[in-house]
Amino acid sequence: MLLTDSDLQAIWLTIRLAGITTLILLLIGTPIAWWLARSRAWWKGPVGAVVALPLVLPPSVLGFYLLLAMGPNGPFGQLTQSLGLGTLPFTFWGLVIASVFYSLPFMVQPLQNAFEGIGERPLEVAATLRASPVDTFFSVVLPLARPGFITAGILTFAHTVGEFGVVLMIGGNIPGVTRVASVQIYDHVEAMEYADAHRLAAVMLVFSFTVLLAMYTRRSPARKAA
Amino acid sequence: MKRLSALFVTLLTAAGLHAGEVQVAVAANFTAPMQQIAADFARDTGHKAVLSFGATGKFYAQIVNGAPFEVFLAADDTTPARLEKEGHAVPGSRFTYAVGKLVLWSAKADFVDAKGDVLKGGNFNKVSIANPKTAPYGAAAVETLKKLNLLDAVQPKFVQGENISQTLQFVHTGNADLGFVALSQVFKDGKLNGGSAWIVPGEFHEPIYQDAAILAKGKDNAAATALLAYLKGDKARAVIRSFGYDLR
Repeated sequence: MLLTDSDLQAIWLTIRLAGITTLILLLIGTPIAWWLARSRAWWKGPVGAVVALPLVLPPSVLGFYLLLAMGPNGPFGQLTQSLGLGTLPFTFWGLVIASVFYSLPFMVQPLQNAFEGIGERPLEVAATLRASPVDTFFSVVLPLARPGFITAGILTFAHTVGEFGVVLMIGGNIPGVTRVASVQIYDHVEAMEYADAHRLAAVMLVFSFTVLLAMYTRRSPARKAA
Repeated sequence: MKRLSALFVTLLTAAGLHAGEVQVAVAANFTAPMQQIAADFARDTGHKAVLSFGATGKFYAQIVNGAPFEVFLAADDTTPARLEKEGHAVPGSRFTYAVGKLVLWSAKADFVDAKGDVLKGGNFNKVSIANPKTAPYGAAAVETLKKLNLLDAVQPKFVQGENISQTLQFVHTGNADLGFVALSQVFKDGKLNGGSAWIVPGEFHEPIYQDAAILAKGKDNAAATALLAYLKGDKARAVIRSFGYDLR
């Protein structure tokens, strides 16, 4: 494998983007998933639908809205400017925010399933033992939902690595800042550097397959036990 | 009755002969003029040109891999030459349909001065350019900055569009203050559409010859031959010039 420095830079950037996005989504996605799993409010449906939107929306729609919203004339762009942060398109943190939206369902849905799978009983038992809700969450729910967290984390990470359309629309293809691996491959193809494209594409293929393989082989014995 | 049906048959075959269709891959910078030319072409010849717009490098990859395009209007002269050499374009069909002009453009009025000195001031957030590795307008922009001895100063502010349309869109939405784009994108009927601009003089970069060719898939399509002939005609040339291109 002879990857160029710029390929390695793109891979490292992709890993950083996916890692940070996964961490942020763990913090944001867990309470959302918990609420969706437990709530009986009428607006549970609408919230669930909004969370699932990135599954079906074309990345161009998300990219278009984000570009306008985060731009100098958009509401979010004006907020970041007034905070002295400048505007977010073409920056690493702009990509992080886009990825958080883009990968949201991949974090929330597996967690929601895991929380729903726990059922009422362990929580009631914990309550009769006078555990506080916070205590219950950390010492009962989290351990029981562990497989859900692992699935959600892996899926979110992998899905962010596979992001392309949104990055293309708001990234501006800046080396080391927004030129992630998927965009780097696209660049190689456009520049007719097919050998380079092949090498990097093979890395992505092997990575994606390994991740999914790890997830599915982990899953099957758990299912048998259940 | 017999005569009427004979007339009917004649009309049908005549229509069949003339109403051809041709699939055209068009470099993104030539979008606006080509839409106008295709409309004229349909009116004048009855042939329909079905247009796809995009980056020249991407079209190359698609054509080599069997895309159904019959005519290619590229943003450079090297890609059509390469396609011909590799047997994907009809030999002898290549010609320069336009010579591109580079422009430094801002969506804001009075932001860019007539000499491009705004680049020296450094008073801008980003400069949008097309990927210099793949897009001729991007390469010409880099060449221009080199000649101005400003490349090192401006490069950290580069943002790259996937093709020249996206390069303009970054400027248009205000996300980049400045952008190097094709004059044809911000120019119509002999004048600027809005914003402010420095039309980069030709001596700052290699000329951007944009070549057209009939592709292997269009070899026997009369509409493809007709379209290339039409592009060489006075009417099309006037349209091309009105968008700010030079002609060879």
